[in-house]
Amino acid sequence: MDQFINLTLNGLSQGAVYAALALSLVIIYQATRVVNFAQPALALISVYIAYTVSQATGSYWLGFGAALLTGLVLGAATERLLIRPVHGRSPLNAIIITLGLLLVLQGLAGMIWSNEPHSFAYPMDYRGRFSPSDWFALGSVGAAALMLFALYRFTPLGLRMRAAAFRPEAARLSGVRVGLMLTAGWAIASVIGALAGMLAAPPFIFPNVLDEVFIFAIAAAVVGGLENPFGALAGGVLLGLGMSYVSGYAGPELTTLAALAILVVVLSIRPDGLFSRPTARKV
Amino acid sequence: MRSRIAPAAALMAAALLATSCGGAGETQEGAAADLDVAPGVTEDSIKIGSHQPLTGPAAPGYVHISTGAAAVFDYINDNGGINGRQIDYVVKDDAYDPARTIEVTRELVHDEEIFAMLGGLGTPTHSKVVDFLNDEGVPDLFVSSGALMWNQPDKNPLTYGFQVDYTKEAKIQGQYIAENMPDAKVGYLHQNDDVGTDSENGLEQYVAEQRVAVESYDSGNTDVGPQVSALKEADADVVVCSCIPAFSALAMLEAASIGYEPQFVVSTIGADSATLQGLLSEFAAEAGQDDLPAEQMLDGMIYTGYFPSVTMQNDPWVQLFSQIYEDHAEGDSPMTNTTIYGMVQATLMGKALMEAGDDPTRQSLIDAVHEQDLTGPGLVPFASGEDDHGGYSGAQVLQYRAGKEPEVLQDAQVTDNAGGEITEAEVDRPGPDEFGFHDE
Amino acid sequence: MVSLSDHESTSRDKQPESTAPAPTVGDRWRALPALVRFPLAALAAFAAILALTSVTGPTGDLRIGSVGYYMLAIAGLQLLIGYSGQISLGHGAFMFIGAYTMALLVLNQPALPLWLNMIITVVLSCTAGVLVGAATARLHGPYLAGATLALAVGLPALTVRYPELLGGSNGLAFSTRGAPASLAGVITNTQWQAAAVWGTTLIGLVVLATISAGRLGRRMRALRDDEAAAGLAGIPVGRTKVIAFVISAGAGGLAGACQAYLLGTATPSSFTVTLSLSLLAALVLGGLGSMWGAFFGAVALVYVEVWGEELAHALALDSNVANNLPIVFFGVLLILVILVWPRGLHGMASSLADLVRRGR
Repeated sequence: MDQFINLTLNGLSQGAVYAALALSLVIIYQATRVVNFAQPALALISVYIAYTVSQATGSYWLGFGAALLTGLVLGAATERLLIRPVHGRSPLNAIIITLGLLLVLQGLAGMIWSNEPHSFAYPMDYRGRFSPSDWFALGSVGAAALMLFALYRFTPLGLRMRAAAFRPEAARLSGVRVGLMLTAGWAIASVIGALAGMLAAPPFIFPNVLDEVFIFAIAAAVVGGLENPFGALAGGVLLGLGMSYVSGYAGPELTTLAALAILVVVLSIRPDGLFSRPTARKV
Repeated sequence: MRSRIAPAAALMAAALLATSCGGAGETQEGAAADLDVAPGVTEDSIKIGSHQPLTGPAAPGYVHISTGAAAVFDYINDNGGINGRQIDYVVKDDAYDPARTIEVTRELVHDEEIFAMLGGLGTPTHSKVVDFLNDEGVPDLFVSSGALMWNQPDKNPLTYGFQVDYTKEAKIQGQYIAENMPDAKVGYLHQNDDVGTDSENGLEQYVAEQRVAVESYDSGNTDVGPQVSALKEADADVVVCSCIPAFSALAMLEAASIGYEPQFVVSTIGADSATLQGLLSEFAAEAGQDDLPAEQMLDGMIYTGYFPSVTMQNDPWVQLFSQIYEDHAEGDSPMTNTTIYGMVQATLMGKALMEAGDDPTRQSLIDAVHEQDLTGPGLVPFASGEDDHGGYSGAQVLQYRAGKEPEVLQDAQVTDNAGGEITEAEVDRPGPDEFGFHDE
Repeated sequence: MVSLSDHESTSRDKQPESTAPAPTVGDRWRALPALVRFPLAALAAFAAILALTSVTGPTGDLRIGSVGYYMLAIAGLQLLIGYSGQISLGHGAFMFIGAYTMALLVLNQPALPLWLNMIITVVLSCTAGVLVGAATARLHGPYLAGATLALAVGLPALTVRYPELLGGSNGLAFSTRGAPASLAGVITNTQWQAAAVWGTTLIGLVVLATISAGRLGRRMRALRDDEAAAGLAGIPVGRTKVIAFVISAGAGGLAGACQAYLLGTATPSSFTVTLSLSLLAALVLGGLGSMWGAFFGAVALVYVEVWGEELAHALALDSNVANNLPIVFFGVLLILVILVWPRGLHGMASSLADLVRRGR
């Protein structure tokens, strides 16, 4: 029973991380219909910046703020400089650009900070069955989701962003600066991505640290449904729990197969993910 | 134009089809390669090659092996080289992908024309080029892996191991635990590949009755929470960790995180205290005890070792290596045991090359490896005779002491990787000054 | 050189949609039925490869062979993505299946000839394709991509689960029969292997090209352009999608078998997500919608790494920078090519060719 509780708690905190990264993928997908393969790299650079800032100032939280800020800037810059030029072309073009960016940024991280792992702190005390750090992971992801919900639902900016994403022509006609809104979408998504990176990286940071998390984040986003931010959250938690149980009860080498199994089962019942709205789909 | 080439190609294709009727797996034994040759050796240089993961998921940690080796070769070159020849050490990145290993190894052998291979890293990677190197007659010295397969003189006469193999090391750990902690409950935590199975084979010979849990981790999955909590659940007082450094550190952190304090017994591959300290540096202070340096977290860790570790500051070899590292290594990362690992390999290589004579051939290099005692900087005897290519054949048992020299709990022991006995080893350890290739 | 330029002209003619003003030889060439044209082109290409391997060393042979199997895998992906419009991020999984099938056959049934092994591999990987294709037939766009990605990540884990059979994470190693004794002295083992890989690849490409030029190919393109309209026009949407998936799985499997044969190994760490993503990247980099793009993509996949390393070596950089230069190099190339030539290297080559022609 103890083992079960441990695995559950472990799965929850891992799931929160998948959920956060999945959330950032979904926001970008909603805004520009692109699965952003560079998301882990944007997060990676943000986390390395945090590492550098924390080392220099001795304060974890200054680094944390620097990471979110870096995410914001990188996300906006990526959309503006790399994604905008291929807007309207085959979505594959944008995907390949993000793949290229992933390689470039991972390589740059290795060049600047070396491929060696560095010790990277948890935000809070990591000790205990469900430690303050675990609480922080769950809490910050929940808070980010709520803020996002509030932004979309209750603010004019959110309304414009949704309009720009779903009805760009109509939005443009009513005076919304569609391009700016898409950039804002990428920026916000990358802030959440940076948060996910800060939660996922500890205890060590090295250029490939987020690869594995990213794969599961994609799986989580697909399981939850790319049309729905809450789907991403649910997908993340589902995947985190499922993989933790499989790792604990059946063997760690089966976790990736477990992710595949979850994906296959969910998609064979709901081809557009758990929380999709089939009506939103255009033929 | 096509009219002439197409029929030729058709003929070739037909020949391909017709003659490919033989079984794809039926290979003929080729003739043994000629070893009385010296490719890669010029008037003033000798070319040595290696494949290492310099990028990709396996690069963290292992990059320093070639940095260390390069520093030693640099040092040798600055002191006049080996018998007047400078060593040209060529490292190719294989990113730990066997497909790449095969490519870069062919490149080293055919294009770079290396004289010998040194310390090719990894079991999944190097195992794919062992046949090739032996067929081509390239001395394949001091493989960087503890798998058992390097020591097969009949099958691979040119391949020589370096690292103590996982089973030998685990037997020595097992015996130590059985004799000194007979009432302890023992849990294993190991990597789910040959590191794990070979280690388990060794441990089981001694602590099968004390064993309460066997857990394995997958190197692609950094979440070791489930495994560590299972070890805690089983009440294991001793955890034998046959892990790479990142996973030793992860296991220790995870244990600290759930308030579990077993005695860790760690294999050499995962017990690099300098690397572990680096990895844990952020966590000691955070663990609530302010001003607790990372080394305090490692205090009391028992580990096995076959070459001196960085903390042995009084060891003449470590002193020399530190000096070399300071003078010749690029970058500003601190020296670790992994660096020393590469330095020891390069030292042994330098020694063998020196003994191979003024006009070295691959045969004379192999002869030198057979005849010389290559223990060198090592703490246990080195086997590189005609019928034992095992490399370091045992280990010391040590305990890490924060801020001090490690304590030797048990002197060097040697054994085999089957059911043989463990015996005390006579170690005749030459000092650096007796080794001969510096200050000439 | 003669054979090379010959090769080039035949392959350019392979695409009927090319708008170049046709010389008379080209007209006659194009008038040939596909069943004659593609095999002839393949023979010419095979001759070119033979000519090329006769001047390269063993390392060159290996790289040429690698271009061959990558090209086959990318061409299979071309059929799936470029023609039928389904995005798979998991084609490495089929290469994995192919490689392990080949390895197990060579190790356990050494008496079977290579061509039979290849056929068995194709059958098995097509079967896997049927299973995966049927399971994913209802998925579209990113959902299919996500599911196939999970497949590519999950499948290699089987090796660790069944170490006795599949060799665990160290994989399987074996050696294969080299050049036949009758050809000793004429052709080296590595040349022989490169030729065998290219022979297989070209047969595969002929099949793929014939399919895409035929009715099935037209159906796939209709599907890609507008699924609903294709359905209304009486094209069996689900079945065509699954068939495309199966064919490309077969090509991927065969490519994996060629890789295993060429390298003498099958190891899980060769079949990471990186491989699957690289295949997709190489496809788009080479150029979507043309088999010629698969060739450019495969060349880039094999040689950009090599050139990157040589560049790093030539510049004598700090090791952190030098080690990471090849991937940065590949990434920058990807971004630049896609930004400047959305139709990839093939698009770049054809617009350059147009420029030259207009300049004349």
